[in-house]
Parts: sequence; structure tokens; C-alpha cells
Amino acid sequence: MTDKSQDLSRWVEKRLPIVSSFRREYVDFAMPKNLNYLWNFGAFATISLGMLLLSGIFLALNYSPTVSDAFSSIETMDRQVASGWLVRSIHMGGVSMLFAALYVHVARGLYYGSYKAPRELIWLTGLGLLLMVMITAFAGYILPWGQMSYWGATVVVNAFNTVPLIGKALTSWLMGGEGLGNAALHRIYVLHFLTAFSIIGVVALHIATLHVAGSNNPTGIDPESSDETVPFHPYYTSKDGLGLCFFLIVYAVIVFFAPDFLTLAENYVQANPLVTPQDITPEWYFAPFYAILRAVPSKLGGLILATGSIGVLFAVPWLDKSPVRSAKSRPLLRPALLMLFFSFMALGFAGMHPPAGGWLWLSRVAVFYWYLYFLILLPLQSRGETASSLGFAKEGRE
Amino acid sequence: MKYPFLVLLAIFSFKAGASTPEQRGLQVFRQVCSSCHSLNYVAYSDLSDLGLSVVAIKDYASQHQVADGLDDDGDPKTRPAHPSDRIGSPYPSENLARLANHGGLPPDFSRLALTQQGGTARIIQILQSYASAPEGTVLPKGSYYNLAMKHRHIAMPQPLHDGQVQYSDGTSSTIPQMSQDVGAFLEWAAHPHLHTRRKVGVFTLLYLIAMSILVFFLKKRIWKKVKN
Ligand code: HEC
Ligand code: HEM
Repeated sequence: MTDKSQDLSRWVEKRLPIVSSFRREYVDFAMPKNLNYLWNFGAFATISLGMLLLSGIFLALNYSPTVSDAFSSIETMDRQVASGWLVRSIHMGGVSMLFAALYVHVARGLYYGSYKAPRELIWLTGLGLLLMVMITAFAGYILPWGQMSYWGATVVVNAFNTVPLIGKALTSWLMGGEGLGNAALHRIYVLHFLTAFSIIGVVALHIATLHVAGSNNPTGIDPESSDETVPFHPYYTSKDGLGLCFFLIVYAVIVFFAPDFLTLAENYVQANPLVTPQDITPEWYFAPFYAILRAVPSKLGGLILATGSIGVLFAVPWLDKSPVRSAKSRPLLRPALLMLFFSFMALGFAGMHPPAGGWLWLSRVAVFYWYLYFLILLPLQSRGETASSLGFAKEGRE
Repeated sequence: MKYPFLVLLAIFSFKAGASTPEQRGLQVFRQVCSSCHSLNYVAYSDLSDLGLSVVAIKDYASQHQVADGLDDDGDPKTRPAHPSDRIGSPYPSENLARLANHGGLPPDFSRLALTQQGGTARIIQILQSYASAPEGTVLPKGSYYNLAMKHRHIAMPQPLHDGQVQYSDGTSSTIPQMSQDVGAFLEWAAHPHLHTRRKVGVFTLLYLIAMSILVFFLKKRIWKKVKN
């Protein structure tokens, strides 16, 4: 480097230490050296989010948010706009990839106790992200104005209408007064990309708070010396890089060879308020919550249970009082937690079937277990459990 | 050395002369189905994906008139369609389509292969399942006996008859043949850019696999010092 450029970088460094902060946080940053591949999923989520935002910009250039043109503008993109089919598939596939990454990411956090002190704020900002991603995906799915767009939105609007006192007024105000029409579609469009881009800001908070405490690890015990850590670069850049290659391969298979596999064909029929589809089903990533919505005979009850099922996650850092983080070291909790993951999947399958017979009962049992786990098993099990009772020398930092 | 080249040439010129099922299906659509069914989202120019020449596409488009705003007196104008126009509907509105079909609405073909219960196979089956109704069957007004339907009737009159279409490649146009061909055409329409999608997909995958291998060895080398 020449003297001049060194002078310049010193000049900038003094005023905005961006290079040294980057070096500190993303190059030299100390990471536990025993992380497994489940620690890749945050990077997966980041990359799918990036792909979604980028492809979304190009979709927005061609989309018309009106009841008469929305469906047609999507068809134009798929057929006539140059590479439009590719951009649209990347966007549609990206949503599935993001949700898949997030569900594993959250499960990883639950399993290794990453929500515990001092990482509660990572957990809370993460849940904020999950909610924002859900709102964005819900709004986005309405935009192509197919049958499932329209009727899926109708189910949710009807559910919100049952909220006592404010429900009807609130939805009517949010929708612009005329139900699911032009005004609503335009608002939903704005909501879609406003929330989508706001997610970046919350991701920044999520990572910032992660970098205060540092990453948890599979044992749940903080590294004690620099022997147990490695710098982020080149160790985790290469490990994340390898994981990303595999992630992108799955993503590419969906985009290029199975674009219709994860989506519902019914949405290629233009929305028709006069024709109710035989069965209104959501995309797979909403299926667990849809199953909860329909598990009880009351609409309001279903809405409360469904929102509550995410609500309890916010309380998890305080429901679990055990100082031991990793479920690997908690022989009682581990099977109960694996059952929880299993019930989530069961809810997913139930949500894609009409709520009758075996599927209805499956979803009832699964949602019952969901609440049982968080409200009873987790707090009770962690009660008498101390680090020393399980042979741990060191308790989680306060 | 000249010999294999000539064989190749012969094969390719033969292939150029023969039409694909999709091209024959397009012919069936143009001559039969398009008098009732729309293709609202497919543009004439999209047909180049089936191997149609620019001249053939322009020719097809120019046979149709499309709305073109109002003239100076405020009356609606029309003009011959351009290749960039959509093939569209034979009827000016949904109501008129129903009126012309005893209340039945011929579904749009753009995504029918995707949205039809049972897919293309089912469409092909319906087309071949017309029969004369047994003695004493009472059919609702404006419907026709069809064995593939649950209630044995459909609002679409039998569209295909043996020898109805003169295939330009000389394929004999039996009902099963035409049904298969129009099925292939509908399948094409419902999956835009399928060939390009697969081709780009193969290259993308090869690239990603090559990259995975390189990154795999890179990662292994970097971590060698750590794991013991
Ligand atoms: C005379 C007008 C007419 C022609 C020509 C015609 N159709 Fe139809 N088609 C209809 C009507 C009307 C319906 C609606 C039937 C109903 O709702 O029962 C229909 C329905 C269909 C359906 C949906 C069947 C279902 O499951 O309800 C398919 C598939 C179909 N047509 C294919 C074709 C094909 C392929 C051709 C060309 C070979 C064709 N049609 C030609 C009038 C026509
Ligand atoms: C758009 C959504 C999200 C993005 C982009 C994202 C990104 C990341 C990244 C890059 C990391 C570090 C790498 C890793 O540990 O995997 C991370 C860590 C973490 N995230 Fe997320 N995240 C998202 C959503 C969530 C959600 C929904 C939760 C849980 C409710 C969550 C909880 C956590 C926790 C607890 C950690 C620390 C894990 C540990 O070190 O053990 N995140 N996140």
C-alpha cells in the first residue's frame, strides 16, 4: 500500500471505524470451534432473505396492484417478460427456503437452549423477525390474486372479524372499507414490501445482540479459553460457505425442476368471489397454524390458540428456569422436546387436510401437546434441575 | 468422412419436416377448440417456443381483430392483432360465452393442464369418452353424454371427430391422436418456458456441484489444523 492510501484509510478510520469494526465482528470474531451444521441456518435465512428482496424488486417493476390487472400481470411476468419466469420462481421458491431455514433455526435454538441468558434478546428479536416474515408472506401470497390468494385472505379476515369489539372496525379500517377490493389489494402490496425491507433492520439488531454474547454451542457451556474458539474467518466463512452450497442446490432443484411442487395449482385460477374452492388450504409453511385455527369449533378460539402458539415462544426464556442450556444434557427434556417438533410437523400435515376425522383429532392432540410442553413440562421439568445435579461445573452466565 | 455427416443431415431435415405433438396440438386448438375456449394469457409470439416461424406467427395473429380504443366519433375501433397481443377469447365477455354454450363456461386454456383435477391425462380422457347415450337417458338441456364425467354429462358438445383436422405432417387425425396432441399443447401452455427452465437448471446445478466440491476441499484444509 502506498503512503497516500494509508493516510486516507487512517483518515476514514478515525471518523468512521467501519473497516476495523468489520474486521472485529466478521473476521477475528471468536466463535466456539465445536458448532455443528445447525449453526448454518441463520446464514441460510440471511441468504434466502437476500434473494427474496432482490427478486422482489424486479417483480415489483412489473406487478399491477389492482383487482382487474393483478392476476394478468403475474401471467405476463411468467410468460412474456424476459427471464420473468426465473425471477418469479426464485421469489416463490425463496419463501419456502426461508421458512424451512427459519423453522430449523428456531428448533436449533430450542434444542440447545440458545434463548437463555445472556441471549434472551437474540431470541426476542428473532421471534420479531419470524412474525415479520409471516406477515410479509401472508401479504405476498394475496398479490397474485388467484383463488387461494383471495380465499386464504378471506379466512384470515373472517377470523379477525370475530375479535370482540374492535375486530370488525379494525379490519374494515385496514382494508379501506370495501372488503377485499382494490383499496385492500393496494394496501396489502405496500404492506408486503414495507415489512419485507424493514426485516433488514431487525436482522441487524438480531446480529448485533448476537455479537454481544457470542454464539452458543452444542454443549451449551461457554468456551473458557481461546483454545476452544476459532476466528470467524476463515473457519466459519468456509463452513457456512459449504453449507450454503448445499442449501443453494436444494433451492435450485425447487426453482428449476419442481416449481409447482410446493405451491397450490388452484392459485393459477383467477380470484372469483362467487366461487368458493372445495377446500381452502394454505401454503405448507402456514399449515401448522391453519390446523390450530381450525382445531376448535370456535373461530375466535382458533384465532387465540393460533396466535398464542407463537406467543408462548416469547415467554420461553422465562418459562425455562434451568441453568442448563443444551437438551443434550437434559435427559428428561430431550424426548419431550423431540415430541414437540413432531407435533409441529403433525400440525403441518393436518393443516393440509380438511378438518375432519383423524386429521382433526391429530391437530387437537398436537396443539394440546404444544401448550402442554411450554406451559407445564418445560417449567416443571426445569424446576429442581441445577447445573450441579447434572454434573455441570459451570452455570449459565447471568 | 462425408457419410456420417450426410446421415446427420438426413436426420435433422427429417426432424424439421415432422411436427411435434405440441405443434399438432396447436393446429387442433386453432381449428377446433379456439371457437369456444380462450387462451387469455398466451401471446402469439409465445408460440415461437414451439418452433413456429415469425412469418407463421404474424400470419396467425393477423387473422384476428382486437380492440383498439375509440375513433374520432367515439366508436370502438379494431385492428388486426400483433404477435405481442394475447390470443385471447372468442367471446367478448363471460356472459356472452355462457349464452353461446347453454350456460356452460368453456374454461380458459392458459393454465388448464395445471388446474384441471387429474391434469392433462384427465383432459385427454374426457375428449375420448363421448358416446351415444343409452336408451331412456334424460340429459339436462345443453349437455352431452360423456362417460368420463361423474354424472355422465358435460356442457361441451363432442369437439373432436375422426379426420377433422388435416395435419400438415400427414399424421392421421384420429380422435385419440388429436386428444393426445391437444393434451401436449395444453401441457406446454401451462408450463411456460419449461425447456429453458430445465436447460438453465442443469447448468446451474452443475455449477453448484462443482463449487460444492471445491469449497468442500477448501473447508477441509482450513479445519485440518483445528480438529484433532
Ligand atoms: C362448442 C364449444 C366448445 C368447443 C369447440 C370445445 N369446447 Fe371444451 N368446453 C366447452 C364448454 C361449454 C365447457 C364447459 C363444460 C361444463 O362446464 O360442463 C367445456 C369444458 C372443457 C373442459 C373441462 C372439462 C371439465 O372437467 O369440466 C376441457 C378440458 C375442454 N373443454 C377441452 C376442450 C378441448 C381440448 C377442445 C378442442 C379439442 C374443446 N374443449 C372444444 C365448449 C367447447
Ligand atoms: C429473517 C430471519 C432471521 C435471520 C436472517 C436470522 C439470522 C441469524 C444468524 C445469521 C445467526 C447466526 C448464525 C446462527 O447461529 O445460525 C442467528 C443466530 C440466532 N438466531 Fe436468528 N435469524 C432469523 C430469525 C430467528 C428466529 C425466528 C429466531 C428464534 C425465535 C432466531 C433465534 C436466534 C438465536 C437464538 C441465535 C443464536 C443461536 C446460537 O448462537 O446458538 N433467529 N440468526
